[in-house]
Amino acid sequence: MNRILTSTLFIAVLAVSACTNPNRFGADGMNGAGNMANANGGIIPGSANDPASTTYFQQAIGDRVLFEVDQSTLTTVGQATLNGQATWLNTNTDYQAVIEGHADEQGTREYNLALGARRANAAREYLISRGVAANRLRVVSYGKERPIEICSQEACYAKNRRAVTVLAGGLTS
Amino acid sequence: MIVRVLSIWLALFGVLATSAQAQQGPLRIEITEGVIEPLPFAVPSFQPESGDAGQMAVDLARVVSEDLVGSGLFREIPASAFISTVSDFNAPVQYADWKAINAQALITGAVSVSGNTMNVKFRLYDVFSGAELGSGLQFAGTVDGWRRMAHKVADAVYSRITGEGGYFDSRVVYVSETGPKDGRQKRLAVMDYDGANVQYLTDSSSIVLAPRFSPSGDRILYTSYESGFPRIYVLDIGSVQRRGLESAEGTMSFAPRFSPSGNTIAYSLTQGGNTDIFVMDIATGQSTRLTNTPSIETAPSYSPDGSQIVFESDRSGSQQLYVMPANGGEATRISFGEGRYGTPVWSPRGDLVAFTKQNKGRFHIGVMRLDGSEERLLTASFLDEGPTWAPNGRVIMFARETQGAGGASSLYSVDISGRNLKPVRTQEGGSDPSWSPLQK
Repeated sequence: MNRILTSTLFIAVLAVSACTNPNRFGADGMNGAGNMANANGGIIPGSANDPASTTYFQQAIGDRVLFEVDQSTLTTVGQATLNGQATWLNTNTDYQAVIEGHADEQGTREYNLALGARRANAAREYLISRGVAANRLRVVSYGKERPIEICSQEACYAKNRRAVTVLAGGLTS
Repeated sequence: MIVRVLSIWLALFGVLATSAQAQQGPLRIEITEGVIEPLPFAVPSFQPESGDAGQMAVDLARVVSEDLVGSGLFREIPASAFISTVSDFNAPVQYADWKAINAQALITGAVSVSGNTMNVKFRLYDVFSGAELGSGLQFAGTVDGWRRMAHKVADAVYSRITGEGGYFDSRVVYVSETGPKDGRQKRLAVMDYDGANVQYLTDSSSIVLAPRFSPSGDRILYTSYESGFPRIYVLDIGSVQRRGLESAEGTMSFAPRFSPSGNTIAYSLTQGGNTDIFVMDIATGQSTRLTNTPSIETAPSYSPDGSQIVFESDRSGSQQLYVMPANGGEATRISFGEGRYGTPVWSPRGDLVAFTKQNKGRFHIGVMRLDGSEERLLTASFLDEGPTWAPNGRVIMFARETQGAGGASSLYSVDISGRNLKPVRTQEGGSDPSWSPLQK
């Protein structure tokens, strides 16, 4: 029992340390960060069960919205995700965010930079419309420079056409 | 005696007919419509005229040959076929011996070395006319820069036979790439046009994009994420010192190109998700807006006389090419074919624009006239992108990215007829090439 507890805590510590240095472009290194209740049944600060944690923001709320080909219009699913992000940001006001816009590889470099900026801006404008202060939200576009999926098929492209809300600041925990 | 006019008819739209006809002399490649037999030449090892110039004499002839053969317009006759040897740069040429092996052009040279300085002489002969073509030339340079001496000889030969300017004594700045698609490392590099003498200009700690040579070849503009946001830098190639250009908080700036004066740049500025074209005075940092639309305007490129700018915009609903006055004002759309058009680059001769076209899931490098007529696609692949012009406006370099999870980007060149498509030798992968002017 003691040994099991120790290993559970060890996983939790790993997950927390991973969260302090998340892969900013969205590679999924968070698997296994599921059950993080400690021996007292409480919530480990910074874990996915802590609603104030960046892990919770990334996983439970969802840090990204996806776009159709060559589009920067938010989908219904994307709007729902952003509603959750807005609520979270309005609760956790210590955080600022940089919204990173991305494109798939089907396009020229300069155009994709501009397209990624449109996507990031669409997410930003939506969050502002839901009450998040504009000065907490910056945007940056990576164009097609930082894909998270690398196949040359729509299944990958769909995940690369994204705007990711990356949190910064907050209480150190 | 029959004077033989040696002509190679190339499918290059006939745009060169006038200048080629103005060229005097019987040995000639006429770069115009038609086809296509590379002109056979011989280039025996140069004569060493100082004791330690032996290896240099061999290497110079080899690089001259590589330049000429690499252009696709010439074919080398191997030394094993030679009947004559050349043992004295000033001895009379045995034309019959070179005629017998069908060497239509003969290039002879000599080299002397003294410390780190060297002296190269060459002569070009029209074998079938039995006469020298142009007079002998002499170049002085450093031993370190010996390849440039060879490129200068090859440029002179190319120029005398085609009536065109050469392009061998030139450099290319590009983005050197390593690593997989989801972990690509990029750094700026500059090399000779043929891939020799690579020098890295940045490390790969930040994403760097799209370096562009200044009109005099001494500086480059590029975009870097060094600050966390895309921003334009100017880098002095000699000192490798860089300086970030003015940029306002909360904006992104990218896609810079020099004006022909080298004092101002046209570039894209993104504010509030919208991208327009601006010009900036490099010295003062003062920017002026050129376009003002809710659409994407990017990839500006000046005409050689600096009076106009070609750029891409999706104002019609898809990416297309437009031309506007260099101080802004009404833009005229020039691309009307199927598909999308981006990354326009005005040719140094002023006659054509090179572009990237996307159509039916394929990418092409193409050229068209500035009124949009005579569109011609030179390449086709999964992803070809980002053309740049050789200084003589006859060859285009671009990047080709291969498909799939193991995809990588590398540099290619092709001539404007679509012939002679070939990879450019680089140590690592490469993208976003920008060709320098001919070196002085």
